[in-house]
Amino acid sequence: MEADDLQTLGDLAVGEPAQIVKIIGQGADDKPGRIDEVELERRLLEMGFLEGEEVEILHEGPVGRDPIAVRLGGMVIAIRRFEARAVIVKV
Amino acid sequence: MSVSEVAYRLALVGSPNSGKTSLFNALTGARQKVANYPGVTVERRSGRIKTGDVVVDVIDLPGSYSLRGRSPDEEITRDFVLGQFAGEAPPDVILCVVDATNLRHHLRLALELKAYGRPMLLALNMMDLAQRRGMEIDVEKLSQELAMPVVPTVAVRKAGIEALVQRLSLDIKSLAESDQPSDEPWQPPSIAEFRHLHGEARRIAQAVIVKEGMASTVSRQLDDVLLHPLLGPVILLAVLFLMFQAVFTLAEMPMNLIDSGVVWLQEVLGRSLPAGPLRSLLLHGILAGVGSVLIFLPQISILFLLILLLEGSGYMARAAFLMDKLMAAVGLNGRAFIPLLSSFACAVPGIMATRTIDNPRDRLTTILVAPLMTCSARLPVYTLLIAAFVPNTTIFFGAGMQGLVMFALYLTGVVFALLVAAVLKRTVTRGSSQPLLMELPSYKVPQVSQVLLGVWTRVKIFLKRAGTIILGIMIILWALASYPAPPPGATESAVTYSLAGMMGRALAPLFAPIGFNWEIMIALIPGLAAREVAVAALGTVYALSGSEDAVVESLSQVLRASWSLPTALALLAWYVFAPQCVATLVATRRETNSWQWPAFMFTYLIVLAYAAAWITYRVTLALT
Repeated sequence: MEADDLQTLGDLAVGEPAQIVKIIGQGADDKPGRIDEVELERRLLEMGFLEGEEVEILHEGPVGRDPIAVRLGGMVIAIRRFEARAVIVKV
Repeated sequence: MSVSEVAYRLALVGSPNSGKTSLFNALTGARQKVANYPGVTVERRSGRIKTGDVVVDVIDLPGSYSLRGRSPDEEITRDFVLGQFAGEAPPDVILCVVDATNLRHHLRLALELKAYGRPMLLALNMMDLAQRRGMEIDVEKLSQELAMPVVPTVAVRKAGIEALVQRLSLDIKSLAESDQPSDEPWQPPSIAEFRHLHGEARRIAQAVIVKEGMASTVSRQLDDVLLHPLLGPVILLAVLFLMFQAVFTLAEMPMNLIDSGVVWLQEVLGRSLPAGPLRSLLLHGILAGVGSVLIFLPQISILFLLILLLEGSGYMARAAFLMDKLMAAVGLNGRAFIPLLSSFACAVPGIMATRTIDNPRDRLTTILVAPLMTCSARLPVYTLLIAAFVPNTTIFFGAGMQGLVMFALYLTGVVFALLVAAVLKRTVTRGSSQPLLMELPSYKVPQVSQVLLGVWTRVKIFLKRAGTIILGIMIILWALASYPAPPPGATESAVTYSLAGMMGRALAPLFAPIGFNWEIMIALIPGLAAREVAVAALGTVYALSGSEDAVVESLSQVLRASWSLPTALALLAWYVFAPQCVATLVATRRETNSWQWPAFMFTYLIVLAYAAAWITYRVTLALT
C-alpha cells in the first residue's frame, strides 16, 4: 500500500468511495480549544466510524462546503471537515 | 397481590432512529403514561401491557448510541439500565431495539448491553423495510449468536407486535428470574474494548445476513435536492416561511370561532346574572382573561403540528445540517437549531429539546438564548399593538406594512439570539468547540397517530395552564383591579383607586424613561406568569377603567386613543426580549439545576429589554 493512496475523509472528493484505514482522533490542524483526541476517537467510534468501513461523501454544506454528509454503511452521518480529518481513508 | 399480578419492568433501549419510540407506541397504544422523571424535564414514557397472566410495565428510554451517557438524555438511559436512577427500581429485562437494515452498527449497542449482563431480548425492527430491500436475515442464527430471544418486528404495523407480545408472555418470567448483573460498578468500555465490540457486531452481522439487498436510493435522491448547496437553503427558507404563513392563515377561522364563542357566552351570562361583583368577576375577570389566552390555541397547535411533522419526516436533521455553518459562527453547532426552532412555539419545549445537545456549555448557551426566539405567547401582544398602531398599507408586491413590522420583530429576536450566543460563547460559556456528528435518518412519511399524540400532549399542557395558572392570575388580577372600590363621588375611573392602580403607579417612575404608563405596568406584572396574559390584563384594565362603551369598543381602538406612538413601539421593542415568563425561568432552573442561570437569564433579558425600549422610545420621540 503506497502512502499517497491515503488521505483523510475531510479531504475526500464528493462521490468517491473509500475505505477507512485508521481513526487517529487527531485533526489535521491543531487549533486550541478543540475536544481532545481520545474523546474525538471515541465519538467517531460510537457513530460507527471504524477501520474497514466503506465511506463516501454524498453532500456538502452550503457555506464553505462544510459540513459534509457521509454515507457509512446504511447510515448517513453529518460531520464537519475538521473532525473528518481524523479519519484516514484509502481510495 | 397474587403472584400472577407481579408486573415485570421492561426497559426499551435503542439507538436514535431505530424506531424504538414507534415500537413503544405500538406496544402500549393509548395506555401509555407520560410523566417527568423526578428533578428533570425529560418525559418518562411508560405503559402497561397485559398478556395472559403476565403484566409488563414497559418504559421507553431516550435513544442512545452507547451506554457512556454523553448527553443528559443518554445519562438517563445509562442510569436507568444500570439501576442507578434515583427513585426508579432497576429494570428486570431489557428490550434492545435494532434497525434490521442497519444491523452491523446497531448490534454494537446490543453487545454493549449484553456485556453489562442484564437479561435481554432483541427486537429486530423495521423488518418490512429490510424485506422491501430484498434483505434476508437468519433470525434463528442471530438468536443463537447473541444467546437471547430475537423477535422480528414492524413497529408501524400490528404484525410483529403480536409476536413480540406473545414472546414476552412466554419468556419474560424466566428472563426476569435469570441472573442479574453483579454488583461490581460498571465501567464504560475502553477504546480497545469498544473496537472489539464493533468487530464482533460486524462478524455476527456478516454471519446472519443471508442476502444484503439493495439500499433505497429515495433518501439520497431527495437529499440531492434538499441538501443542494444553492437549492437547499432556499427550500429551508421557503419551508420556514410557509410554516409561519400556515400558522397565521389556517388559525384564523378557529380563532374567530373561539372569539365569538367567548363573546356569546359573555352576552348570555351578562343578561342572566344580576349586576354585582360575581357578574364582573365572571365576565371581565375570567371570561375576558382566559378567553384571550385560549384564542391562541389554534396557532400553537398548528405550529407544534408542523414542527412535529418536520421532525417525523427526517427533515429537521437536514435543517440542522444546512444551518451548521451559521451556528458555528456563533460557537454552537447545527443541533442547536432544532431547539431554537421549537422555541418559536414556546421556549419551554425548546429548552427541553436542548437535552439532545451533548456538550453542557453548548447546551447552556442554547438554553440562555432560547427565550429570544419569538414564542407564540408574544404573538397576541404583537398582533394587538400592530393592529392598533401600524397602518395597514401595502408597500410592495402585496406585502403589507403590518406584516413587515411583524417580520422585523421576529428577525430582531433571531439576530439577538445569535449575537447573545456569540457573546456568551466568548465569555460565560467559553470552552472547546464541539463536533457536529449527527445522523441524517432516512426520510419517511411521518406517522399520523404519533404526530397527533405529540400535538395532543402539548395542547393538554397549554389547556392545563389556561385552566390553572392563567385562570388563577386572572381572578387575582380582577380583584386587584376592582378593590378597593372608588370612594363615592370619585372623578376618575375605578381602577385608578384600586390596588393594581397603586402598584402600577408605584412602579411607573422606573419605567417612565421608556414611555410606559401605569396601565402598562399593571399588564406587565401578571405577564410574568405568562406573556400572553398581558393582553388580557390590558383588556381588564381598560375595560374597568373606561366607560361601558370602552368595553364594547375593541381594545386596539382604545389603545390607539390613549397611547402615544413612541410608547406603543417601545412596548413592542420590550416584548422582543420580554424577560417576564416564569415558566421559562422555572424550566431553565430545572435544566441547569441552579438558580444562578435563570437569574442570569432574567437579568440580561431585562437589561436588553429596557435598553431596546429606551432607544425605540427616544428615537421615535425625536422623529415624530
